[in-house]
Formats: sequence, C-alpha cells, structure tokens
Amino acid sequence: MTALLPRRGLAQVLALIVILAIDRIVSPQFFDLRLQEGRLFGSLIDVLNRGTPVALLTLGMVLVIATRGIDLSVGAVMAISGAIAASLADSHGLPIVLAAALGAGLVCGLWNGFLVAVLGMQPIVATLILMVAGRGIAQLITEGRIVTFSSPDLVWLGNGSVLGLPVPVVIALGMLILTAAVVRGSALGLLIEATGGNARASELAGVGTRAMILSVYVWCGVCAALAGVIAAADIMGADANNAGLWLELDAILAVVIGGTSLFGGRFSLVLAVLGALIIQTMNTGILLSGYPPEFNLLVKAVVVLAVLLLQSPKLSGFAGIAMRLRRTKA
Amino acid sequence: MENSSDPASPLLEVRGISKSFGAVRALQEVDFTLRAGEIHALLGENGAGKSTLIKVITGVFPRDAGIVRIGGEEVAPRSAKAALGAGIATVYQEVNLLPNLSVAQNLFLDRQPMRFGIVRESEMRRRAKALLADFSLDVDVAAPLGNYSVAIQHVTAIARAVDLSARVLILDEPTASLDRHEVEILFGIMRQLAQRGIGIVFVSHFLDQVYEISDRITVLRNGRLVGERETVSLPRLDLIRMMLGRELAETTSARASVTEHKAREICASFEGYGKAGYIAPFNLELRHGEVVGLAGLLGSGRTETARLVFGAERADRGQATVEGAPVRLQSPRDGVRHGFGYCPEERKTDGIVAELSVRENIVLALQAKRGLHRPLSRREQDEIARRYIKMLDIRPADPERPVGLLSGGNQQKVLLARWLATSPRLLVLDEPTRGIDVGAHAEIIRLIRELCDEGLALLVISSELDEIVTYSDRVVVLRDRAHVEELAGEAIDVGNILAAIAADGAATAHEGRA
Repeated sequence: MTALLPRRGLAQVLALIVILAIDRIVSPQFFDLRLQEGRLFGSLIDVLNRGTPVALLTLGMVLVIATRGIDLSVGAVMAISGAIAASLADSHGLPIVLAAALGAGLVCGLWNGFLVAVLGMQPIVATLILMVAGRGIAQLITEGRIVTFSSPDLVWLGNGSVLGLPVPVVIALGMLILTAAVVRGSALGLLIEATGGNARASELAGVGTRAMILSVYVWCGVCAALAGVIAAADIMGADANNAGLWLELDAILAVVIGGTSLFGGRFSLVLAVLGALIIQTMNTGILLSGYPPEFNLLVKAVVVLAVLLLQSPKLSGFAGIAMRLRRTKA
Repeated sequence: MENSSDPASPLLEVRGISKSFGAVRALQEVDFTLRAGEIHALLGENGAGKSTLIKVITGVFPRDAGIVRIGGEEVAPRSAKAALGAGIATVYQEVNLLPNLSVAQNLFLDRQPMRFGIVRESEMRRRAKALLADFSLDVDVAAPLGNYSVAIQHVTAIARAVDLSARVLILDEPTASLDRHEVEILFGIMRQLAQRGIGIVFVSHFLDQVYEISDRITVLRNGRLVGERETVSLPRLDLIRMMLGRELAETTSARASVTEHKAREICASFEGYGKAGYIAPFNLELRHGEVVGLAGLLGSGRTETARLVFGAERADRGQATVEGAPVRLQSPRDGVRHGFGYCPEERKTDGIVAELSVRENIVLALQAKRGLHRPLSRREQDEIARRYIKMLDIRPADPERPVGLLSGGNQQKVLLARWLATSPRLLVLDEPTRGIDVGAHAEIIRLIRELCDEGLALLVISSELDEIVTYSDRVVVLRDRAHVEELAGEAIDVGNILAAIAADGAATAHEGRA
C-alpha cells in the first residue's frame, strides 16, 4: 500500500511546480529576477518575502498540530508583538524591542500551553480564548490607534536585505534551520510524534507528554511573535485590528498541505513551510493575473479540497483497489 | 401474566450461534435459552463473548450460523430497531437515550402522541407519568433526562423498552455505576417485570448480585458455552471454575521446586501501599529472578495493583522501596527512571503508537529515559530495533513498518522489546497473552521464564490460571480490590487460587460497595 503512494513530499513539490507553471502563464515575467542596489527583485522574491509571516507561523503550528493540538491564537499574538515592537521602537534599541516582543509571544505560548497541557482543555477552545482576547490586548497597547515608527533598525528587519535576499526571508530560513536542528537534532521530534500519535501510550512509556505539549505551544508563540515583528517592520507600523488577521487559518492550511494530519503524529517542518509557499504562490499568482482578489479565497478552498482528497484514507483505498485491479489485468 | 408462561416452551431460544471477526472466532456454536418470567444471568470473563452474543441476538452484528427463536418463531433482526420489533430490548451500561431531551420525550421518542401533526406535550407527559408510576418512579417528566441519576436513566430506558412491548429484556452491566440502594430499586423492578412474564437477561460481573437476583446462570468462556445451571444449585466455587476454566487439582507449578526464593535479593517492595477508593493497602515484595502472578476476577484490583506499582497511578499511602532505598513513584516517568517497565492490558490504546514504526516504538521508552538532549542516533536505533526483532522474532522483520499493521502477538513483542531495551529491573505485564494467537502465546510465556532466569523481577497479571500456575514463583490472589492471599511453592495450584477467589465473597463485597 505505502509502496503504491508517491514518496513523501512529492505531491507538495508537484503542486508547487504546477502552480508556478500556471503563474508563468498568467504572468509571463513571473520568473524574471533583477539585481538592483544589491538586492534581488522579482515575483519569486515577492512570493518568498510575502510568504514569510505565514511560513514562520507554520514552524510553530506544525509542531502544535503534531501533538494533536491546534493554535488559533497565532494571528492575535502577531498583533500583540507587533504592537509592542511598534510602541517601543523609537524609544529603545533593537535588542530590547525584540526581547519584549518575543517575550510577549513566549508568555502567550506559556498561557496556551498551560491551558492545554496542565488544565487539559481542548486546544481549539483553549487557544480561542487568546485569539479573541489577544486582539483586545493589542488594541490596548496601541490605544486603538495605528502606531507608526521610524527606527531604522526595526525598519531594516522588514525591508533590508542580506546577500541580495530580503531580511525576512533570511530570518525565516534561519528559523527553519534552527527549528529543524532543535527538533530533529534532539529526541524532541520522536517524542512529539509519539505524544501526538498516542498520548496515553507515550505517557506510560515515560515520555513527559505535558512538557512536550507545553513546549510546542511556547515555540508556536515565539514564532508568531517573530512573524508579528516582521509584519510590523514591513509596514513601519502596528495595526492591532488587522495585523495577522486570519493568518492562523493560512498557517493551519499550510501544515495540512504539508501532509501533517490534524490527528497528530508524523510531521514535516520542510513540507509545512513548502505548504506556506504554495499558498503564497497562489496568492501572488492571482494578484498578478488581474483577477479580483476575491477569487483568492475560492481558489484556496479548491486547493485545500484537492489536498484533503489526496490524503483521505477512503480515496487512497479506492486508488489502491484501482491499482491492484490494473495490476491483475496486466 | 403473558400467555407464554409455560416453562416448557422457552421465550427466547438461541441455537448454534457462531460469529467470527476475521480470523478471531468470537462465538462458537453457542446455545442460550431464556424462559418467560425468569431472570437469567449471562456470565463470563472479558472476551468470553457475552457482548458479542447480545449483539448477535439483537441484530447489531450479523451471525455466521445458528438460529434465534422468540416464542417458538424464528427471527433474524437486522438492527436493534428490528429486534425491538421482534420483542427484544437491550439496555446498555451506558444508557443509550438522549440526556438533553426530557424524560417524557425519551420515553416516547419516535412515537409521540400527535394531533394534526403537532406533538401533544400534555398528553405525552400524562402518559409518561403513568408509565413511570408503574415502576414506582415519581419524577418531573418534563425535566431533561440528563438531570437525573444513572439509576433513573436506567429505569427510564427499561420503562421505554417494556412499553414498546418487549418480551425479552437484556440488561448489560446495569448495576456497574449504581450504588447499593439504587441496585435494590433496580432489582425490585426486575422482579416485578419477571412476575409479568418478561424474560430478563442479566449481564454482570458482580457475583453477589447474580446470586441475589438470578434464577439461572449461563456461563461463556472463550466464545463457547460452558454450561447452564440453576443458580441455587451452583456453588460459588463451581461458578468461578466455570468462568475461569480448568478443572480442580490440576497442574501444580512447574516452578514449585524452586524453594530458595527467600534467598533471592529483593528488587522492589511495597509496604502498606494503596490508594483510597482504588485499591486497599497491600504489602508486596518483588525479587530478582522471580515471577509473581496476580490472580483474581475482572475488577478485583489486579490492574490497579500494576498501575500503582509502576507509578501510572499515585498511591496515597504506604512506602515503595527499590533495591533497599525508599522511592516516590508519582508518574510513569518515575517508574521508568527506577528501572520499571509496564506492558498495559489495552495494547492499542495504552501501548503502541500505531502510526510510528516498529523501530520508533521500540526505542521510545529508552529515549524517554535518556532525555531530550541525549538522542539515540539513527544507527543506534536501527541497531536496537534489529537486535530485538531478532531476539523476539518479531514478524514481519521490518523495522520501518508502522506497528499498527502488525498482528496482536507481534505488537505485544514490540512492547516487550520497548521495555527490554531500557534494561529494566522490574517488568509489569498486564494480560500479556490476551488476544494473541496460540503460537505467539507459547513464545511469550517462554520469554517470561527466560527473562526471569536472567534475573529480572516480573509481576504478571493473567486471567488464565493454568498459565499463571506455570510460570509463577508466587501468586497473589485479589478479591474486591484487595490482596487476600499469597500462595508460594507447592501451594500454587489452580484449586487453591479458585478457593481464595471464591472464599467468603458475599460479606466483603457488600461492605466494599456500600
């Protein structure tokens, strides 16, 4: 059965190639890159740059989902950290701004993790609390205004470039490598997958399932805070009402496209980030095509449906039967 | 009185029922006879086939062979609803009514009194009130069913069934969540219904209650009919022997010759160890190179003992000692740290991580013990997996296969491997041979002996008494959530164990539940 299915990740890579090809058709200049003032420009770079916040959210979300959880609050956490960063940017140095914003994300993650791991709440409800309250907290920090700043350090985070690549892209890449190194370099990956696959059994095997769950929510909060800082730096301001709005859904979608089941267990960091890129490639393509952005939502829905159909056990059962029939005929 | 009160013609007659799930034969040519107006207990240990028989009779499962007659007429219901039409109603332990609807609505669900297409609420309530009055129950029938105790919910379910003209009433573990007083009420109602000619099948593992209420007893074991007896002429010891199988005075311990066990070093000991409402305080010594068997009926406290010993449940009294040093066992992590391992009874829900590979399942406990920062390299994992796959003959010998795709016996071996990889000093095995095919069964028992000879301490739970007798150096017998007897050496035989289980159950059981 497993032999019949394509190798892990093949489906996602194929999907990305198909969407890139479609983008090339609707926008002939899609693959054009040019170097200007030591920085690369072009639609592809745009995809990477715009995809950064969701990619960062995805890094935390995939671990949370692997433990059979979900974090609906990441969009709100982005708003909080963005608001904090914007409020402090012109009065404090970058290290303090970053520490405060990321610290806030860490506290948010601890809160979620506490509700889920210690109090045993259902993740979807537990994180819904912060999803609602978080945006309120962000609005309290900004006092309901759009807080702008001009600190060149923070602006650089959103608009600067390193080795020709936008800083956000470099940061996201760095975070992917860091997360992968921590998760796969230690036993964390295995223990998270075991916890998500069967928490009771893992607990009885001596796995500290609570600590696992707590730590993935904390990491998810930190990643969301970083995404929030970058989003604020990008627009040189914090809009508590709209920063990160609905991005939790994109992050969940990216994880699912990346092949991690909402029932927990096996996960792949790289494929989840690939999922985020697939979503952004679609978004950019639709924008370039000149269709109204409303189509974006419909197209996304169709892609989700397609991915979920591919993953559905019933359908792969049918596919398996079809393959066997074909083989017996041959 | 019903018309079918002639005891010669049975109300419900089941002949030669067989049912298999895949290769597992759940029922083999089982007969069952229920007379009108009798309360008939259906007994057997876990996996004996009681639930399967009920589900086959009521059409939840299709049967492979056999016939079911009601009042002499052959019936073949295809669903629980069709069975109800044929006059067979079932009330399960978990009441299958709707807690958010009112008592009256539950009673008349699907058949509400209507006028011009509108439910006549007042009429329905009046009739509900009258119906429940028959059962000496006076409750507000307009209130949601969920507001009431499980006992009242049970009675409501029974009232509904009887009002639907059920002639056969099947009660599956109806008393499991009731207190003593509620049990009395339920028994009163059962007697009343039997008076009216209804035949009642009573499934329970509370033997005292069986003796109190039933007229006859049918015992199943491993999917086969063991026998049917009049309750008054069946001594408790004989009943337990029927349930657990094996004749008395059979096989004494093959290990009984080993008498020097006092000399063996103590691995772990538990003094006055217990937890209120879970298991009574017990003393237990586990020695290196020794197998201690835990015997007792279902619910007697065997699994509870295992979980306390391992640390899966916290004791609230007593002292645990490992290799002479006092320890605290607050969680499975503590157990693992002190070199304990635990293979739980429910392999699928508590043991394996089905989606992960054989390799990952095997290294899981060792990795958890080593901690996050000391990961086993892929090469070490492969090495460990290969070693145990070979040693325990796990099939197929593919370390990357998801463990959920393996057979029950091989899953059990993977769990054993998981603990052996941690080099434990004590292994706790809860029903290690349950649901395993015969070949693997023998292998597991051989393994238990081998591990023991290598100096491991083992605590093994099994319902198979002859199995326990074969490998145990000592046997602790449990009854009503307390350790009641310890047998050693020559004293270990099936007869002694049965006698200890059966001894004076009535008095203690009543106190235990009150």
